[in-house]
Amino acid sequence: MIPMTPDRDALITGIGLISCLGEGEAAHLAALDAFAPVVDESSFAPYPVHPMTALALDTQIPKRGDQRQMEAWQRIGVYAAGLALDSAKAKGDTALLERMDMIVAAGGGERDYAVDAAILAALPKAADPDLYLNEHLMADIRPTLFLAQLSNLLAGNISIVHGVIGSSRTFMGEEASGADALHIACARIEAGQSEICLVGGSFNAQRPDAILHDAMGHALWRGRFAPVWSRLPAGGTILGSVGCFLVVESRAHARTRAVAPKARIAGIRTGRCGRAPGEAAANAARQVAALGGAAAASAVLSGACGTAGPTAEERSFLDGLGLPVRAVATALGNSVEASFPAAVALAAISVARGKLFPPLEAAEAACAGPPSGVFVTSWGIWRGEATALVVPAEESGRG
Amino acid sequence: MADTDHLGRPIVAVTGTGIITSLGQGQTENWRALTSGVSGIHRITRFPIGGLRTMIAGTVDFIPVAEPSAPAYAQRLAELVVEEALGESRIGRPGDFPGPLFMALPPVEMEWPQRRALAAAAAVNDGLSYADLIRAADGGHFEPWFERFLFGSVCEGLASRFGTKGSPIATSTACASGGTAIQLGVEAIRRGACEAALVVGTDASVNPESLIRFSLLSALSTRNDPPSAAARPFSKDRDGFVMAEGAGALVLESLAHARARGAVILGVVEGCGEAADGFHRTRSSPDGKPIIACMTRALADAGLRPDAVGPGGIGYVNAHGTGTPENDKMEWVGIAAVFGERALALPISSNKSMIGHTLTAAGTIEAIFTLYTMRFGLLPPTINYDIPDPALPIDCVPNTARPAKVSHAISNSFGFGGQNVCVVLGAEPS
Repeated sequence: MIPMTPDRDALITGIGLISCLGEGEAAHLAALDAFAPVVDESSFAPYPVHPMTALALDTQIPKRGDQRQMEAWQRIGVYAAGLALDSAKAKGDTALLERMDMIVAAGGGERDYAVDAAILAALPKAADPDLYLNEHLMADIRPTLFLAQLSNLLAGNISIVHGVIGSSRTFMGEEASGADALHIACARIEAGQSEICLVGGSFNAQRPDAILHDAMGHALWRGRFAPVWSRLPAGGTILGSVGCFLVVESRAHARTRAVAPKARIAGIRTGRCGRAPGEAAANAARQVAALGGAAAASAVLSGACGTAGPTAEERSFLDGLGLPVRAVATALGNSVEASFPAAVALAAISVARGKLFPPLEAAEAACAGPPSGVFVTSWGIWRGEATALVVPAEESGRG
Repeated sequence: MADTDHLGRPIVAVTGTGIITSLGQGQTENWRALTSGVSGIHRITRFPIGGLRTMIAGTVDFIPVAEPSAPAYAQRLAELVVEEALGESRIGRPGDFPGPLFMALPPVEMEWPQRRALAAAAAVNDGLSYADLIRAADGGHFEPWFERFLFGSVCEGLASRFGTKGSPIATSTACASGGTAIQLGVEAIRRGACEAALVVGTDASVNPESLIRFSLLSALSTRNDPPSAAARPFSKDRDGFVMAEGAGALVLESLAHARARGAVILGVVEGCGEAADGFHRTRSSPDGKPIIACMTRALADAGLRPDAVGPGGIGYVNAHGTGTPENDKMEWVGIAAVFGERALALPISSNKSMIGHTLTAAGTIEAIFTLYTMRFGLLPPTINYDIPDPALPIDCVPNTARPAKVSHAISNSFGFGGQNVCVVLGAEPS
């Protein structure tokens, strides 16, 4: 292994976070300190969703033409990426952006719901359904819709709108892809393969095809909002619209730019299993041990998504650690690809201000004093387990 | 010979490859067809083609798949090429590959047969909406489709079957994905995160909507007859790419690890370079800057000078060469800028003239063909090169394969959305 030096520490120097709780670090802290759920229980009833806060799109995506070329998931992501670049004092610094790396965790784009519905309604009555499908896809799909659907076009739009062009990679795979993106970004920085990387993802929960997909898996929570741990034993996930990007940077590079780091990512471990009972917990236990054990942190931000099996198993595992826990999805919803970057962002904000936000429900304990470190977990709704350790940025804090 | 490169990093060797294209299954069949100038492009039979402008593709029709869908095909092709690559590499034990999986995968989504089944289950006479589909999904038994159409499902299937280590990563940088997957593997070995990595690119997306999406962007050739003549990279009368399917797998391994276990070294990944393009969603920068940057960075990463000739220089370019008017022009502009006068004498051929554009898989498939090119001393041709484009004074190895000794070669991959990757491959450790 390449030896670690403080110069190669992976620091978070920029955070761009938007969700149902608002825009930016201060808005999120304020909302979490006085938590009240922001939920839309009617638009997709019986399934509640956490809706995106109102965005002044022109502030981050100045060209209307660019806005029109994107679907909501891309606008959310490009907006959050812009906030992260602002936060890292990198926005508009062409020389820096030309060599800035980028890893995006992305799902896919949205459908043209009207076109889909019209074709599906007409197909059974068509004389030749296959021909009808071909002809109507040819005639009715907006040619540029493809560009709003392709997974890698969130990254493409960030390059176009913000000029991040050093490199561009897109990872796919639901919750795990967000952890993989951050993991690879940090590993490259620690090994000297990268100096600065924009990394994150976005998710639009307010889209019928996302609801449809999870409905096939009977994965969704129904009815009135309930916080994550309170959904057990029945379980169920509540999707949330979130955009989150981080600027992760080597300590040496941040020093030359004279930007103040917000926190350090001390380590990330990722893994998978087939989810036989106990397997995910065993993965998580190995990850926490590799990151220094329970003593390395004073709190956990859990990515538990609410579905019964994994959420119950994670709860039991976390109880064993004996640390105060916050289920981030209670506040932001399950934002799939964006969920891990968003939870890491909240961990960074918490260690930076030296205080975790209060419990989000009765099942969560208070956290006394400033957190020395925060574990961030991500157990995907179907697959993938990851743990990060986020600690204060100061070099003296290196263990 | 050292096990480290010019920057002191572990040299990354290739010890196994597996390949499927429309030309056939496996290394032998593919290489024979590719160097004989055979086209794998044919009229589409997988689904009715009435009403379409483009009716041809390089589909892989000889691999049966139960409950077909793009991810199901992609997974099956990937399984087969990985088996071939592992058989050649003899690394690890069955179901226990000693390293991570990096996979180039197209975006996954539910397709029309599933939508139609949900619509039928919704049983609405008039005014069908997504709310009806959701209700049908909730009340029905569509759980297998929930898993099948998760983005993580193909990777999970492979990771579980072959016992790769850690979280499997599926990457999509459009038509550059295969190059990105190789780069992820190379970087992981170089930083000491692993001694071996399994890299796979797979794509089997020829279905009505995917074809139509590319068609609506005017990216596809409409030269339907004869299908074998449609893909004509670098020709003056080129009119677009031909969608195709396929998969490629590479076992990457640190040279030290490969040598220690006595593995046969098939070639070396000497360098990778990438650059994104912020110019436009489907068009590349008119100055060719990102294409130039990714090739320049790859050469620098490999420690090779663009002006070097002979055994110490690049002797062959496996072009992205899609056959769209724009790509081939910009690729030549880029190559000419990077290699200068040398570009005129540099063999630059496009596998896509025969296998079509395997999209997400192209970067891995073409890197593998580039390794074979060096290994077997034979440059695959660019077929259908009937009318030279005066704007592209290129040695595209026209129509017939040509023997050549090549020590170093590059494989280019450029994607919609502005993601460009160049991989430098070497015949053997230097």
